[in-house]
Formats: sequence, C-alpha cells, structure tokens
Amino acid sequence: MFRDTLALCRKDLRVEWMTRITSLQVVPFAVVIVVLFGFALGPDPKQLRPAAPGVFWLAVLFSCILGVQRSMSVEMSDGAIDGLRLAGFDPAGIFLGKLLALVGELVGLEVLLSILTAVIFGVTLASFWLLVAATLLATVGLVAVGLLYGVLLASSRVRETLLPLLFFPVISPVLIAGTKVWQAALDRHVSTGIGWLELLGVFGAIYVAIGIVSFGPLLEDA
Amino acid sequence: MSSVTLFPMSKVDRIQRALGFVALIGLLATVGFGLVWTPPDQFMGNLVRLIYIHPPLAWVGFIAYGMNFLTSLAYLWPRTRDLRWDQLAGASAEVGVLFTGLVLVTGSIWGRPAWGTWWTWDPLLTTTALLFVLYLGYLALRRVPDDPKLRARRSAIAALIAFIDVPVVYFAVLWWKSLHQAPTVLNPLTHKTYIHGSMAWTLLLGFVAFTATYAWMLMIRYRLGADEQQARVADVVLALHERQEEGR
Repeated sequence: MFRDTLALCRKDLRVEWMTRITSLQVVPFAVVIVVLFGFALGPDPKQLRPAAPGVFWLAVLFSCILGVQRSMSVEMSDGAIDGLRLAGFDPAGIFLGKLLALVGELVGLEVLLSILTAVIFGVTLASFWLLVAATLLATVGLVAVGLLYGVLLASSRVRETLLPLLFFPVISPVLIAGTKVWQAALDRHVSTGIGWLELLGVFGAIYVAIGIVSFGPLLEDA
Repeated sequence: MSSVTLFPMSKVDRIQRALGFVALIGLLATVGFGLVWTPPDQFMGNLVRLIYIHPPLAWVGFIAYGMNFLTSLAYLWPRTRDLRWDQLAGASAEVGVLFTGLVLVTGSIWGRPAWGTWWTWDPLLTTTALLFVLYLGYLALRRVPDDPKLRARRSAIAALIAFIDVPVVYFAVLWWKSLHQAPTVLNPLTHKTYIHGSMAWTLLLGFVAFTATYAWMLMIRYRLGADEQQARVADVVLALHERQEEGR
C-alpha cells in the first residue's frame, strides 16, 4: 500500500509540475479572494486584523475545492483510473497518494497565502509551530473529505455544482477550528489553540479512515 | 407493471391508513390542547404554545436521520444488502429535512419575541441549520441519475459521512461559542420547571402525534419510491418490446 501511495503521490506531483495548474491558476485565484475580502471589509486595519484568520481559511477552502476537482478530473479523463486499477494499485494507496500530493500542493499555497494575508491584513505571524501544526492537520481533513466526495461524484455530470454543496457543510468544523487556532496563535494564546488542534486531528483521522475503507468500493462506481 | 393498487386494500394499505388516522387524530388533539385547553404561561404568555410543536419536530428530525444512518449501514453491510434499505434511507432523509426546516422556522418564530432576534449563533441552532444543509446536499446527491445499485452505495456512504459529521460540528460550534461569550441565551427548556400538568401532557401528546406523522409520511414516501422504481423498470421493458417489434 505504501509503495502505491508514494508512486501515486509522485505521479500527481509530476502532473502538477508539467501542467502548473495549481501554481499558475489556483494560487492566483486564492490571492484574488484575499484581496476581494480586503475590498469587502474596507481598509480600516481595526476591521481587517480580526478577520484575517477567517479570510485565510475561506480562501484555502475555495482553493481546496478547485484542487480536488482537478485531482479527480486527471484520473477520470481518458480512463486513467481504469489503468491504475488494472495495474493492480491498492485503492487505499490511490486515496493516500492523492491525499499526500494534494496536501503538498495546498501547503505550498497556504505558505504563500499566509504571508500575503499577514502583509495586506496587517497581522504578525506569531506562535509559528502552532500555525504550522494547525495548517497541516486542517489541510489533511479538508483534502480527505474533498477526495471522498470527489470520487463519490466522479462519474456524475453535475459534480461541479454538487461538490461544493456537499463539501462545505461537512468541513465547517475545520473552518471553525482552523480560524480559532490562527486567532489563538496570532494573539499568542498558545494554550487555547491546543484544544482546537485536537479537534482538527480527530476530524482528519475520521475522514482519512473513511477514505481508506471506502475508496475501493467507490472507485468501482466511478 | 406498476404496483399502484387503490382497491382492494392490502394489509400494508390498512396499516398505512391506520397510521394516518392515528397521526391525524393526534395532530388535531395537539392543536386542540395546545391552542385551547391549556392555560397560557405565567411568564411567556401564549408564546409557550410553540413548545407543543417545536421539540416534537426536532425529535422527529433526529429519528429520521438516525433511521437514515441505520438503513444506510444496513445497505452497506454485505449480508443485509437490499435496495429496499436504500429507498427507506432516502424516504427518511426527505421527511427529516422537511421537519428540520420546520424546526428552524418555529425556532425563529419563538426566538423573535422571546430573545428579541430571529437568529442567534447558539450551538444547537447552528448545528440544526448545518444539519439541514448537510441533508439537503444528501438529497441532491440522491437525485443524480445512475444505476440504482451504484446510486445506493454512493448515497449510503454519503449518509455515513454526513451523520458522523454531526457530533463534530456540534462540539466545534459549542467550543466556538463558549470561548467567546457566556451562554446566557434564554433556554426554552428551563421553563419546564414551571410547566402545568396539562401542558406536560400536551407536550407528550405532541411527541406521539408527530412521531406517528413521521411514520405515516415515511411509509408513503417509501412506497412511492418503490412504485417509481417499478414504473421505471416497466418503461424500459416496454421500450425494449417496442424496439423488438420494430425489428420484425
């Protein structure tokens, strides 16, 4: 399974390296969202600063949806997924490999986005390790749910409209917890952030486990 | 062909009719007791009458989603796999969404005079609203046309994802609120301590009446789904015959 995971992850990252979809389309999209929120909230730093964590996470959520759709469309076009299954890839390995690759891409996006948000919303990035831990755990949870729904809707013609409707309500705990840890980190209240980290960890663990178990049966439908 | 038989009545029809009758009598009695025969509350006045329908509606929502979860599990479990579980799951979720919507509406109607606002970010309210959207998504997913077996498996897994999410959402919202502001919101349930004997009985009656209504609606929706399925199969068979006739 782990060999399949690594192979799949390498393949997805190579596809990204060749096409640059995430870096040249999704990252600029996330930047646009952060700037638009700046316009919507007005230039007053007193209003911008408390909103920064929420804006950051909303931009990540929207980007995650695009990432998931991209990640699934790569497998669905030209019957690529059938090739993987014929090659004897373990479904759990496929899930974990795609998860790893997409988490990697999104973490890259989040690093850039956090710096940008800090600069234009006028906040100082403090409690570095808390931010890193929260971002990693939250991203794993987001991508796990996203991929689950992605494969669930893979064969459907309405996936572009249905995926956000299914995805956003389920990941609302990640948005709440992610925003809270960021607020705690920026205010240097590290202890309040720890409880939220646990919630993010539990959320990620639940949906990674569901993904490992159910990706096989769902791939058969796709 | 279609199993729609209006006459003579089968055993299932009789059960359905009896359930409907119980539900109707129960609801009429709840209306009578709730609006006429119980006294207004000492503090809340006539507003308290909402308590005879709001908690029973919420209760029905919970059993509907519980039923949806259990029947989805029954479908996923290889030994009990049967498309009827899937139809039951879909029917239950539909009724659940309707009742959750009514919970939100009646809650708002209560909230405006009692708390001075249509909406507060109270954990229970927020979770209920998310529950509503979660299962709306589930129903939208069910409407995506596909092979019945594929659709059933997809829906069952989506039902599990949604159901497991509910406690996580609840705790997240609970902590989210408790960190920011003290839970000073007036809780309608605390008024139970002042509840009059006839009020308690009316509330209990409300629970029974709405549960019977749920069972009746579930049964109708389930049978309708089964009929739709059969009609679809019949259409395909008919079309096949027509093509074969053309070929001759």
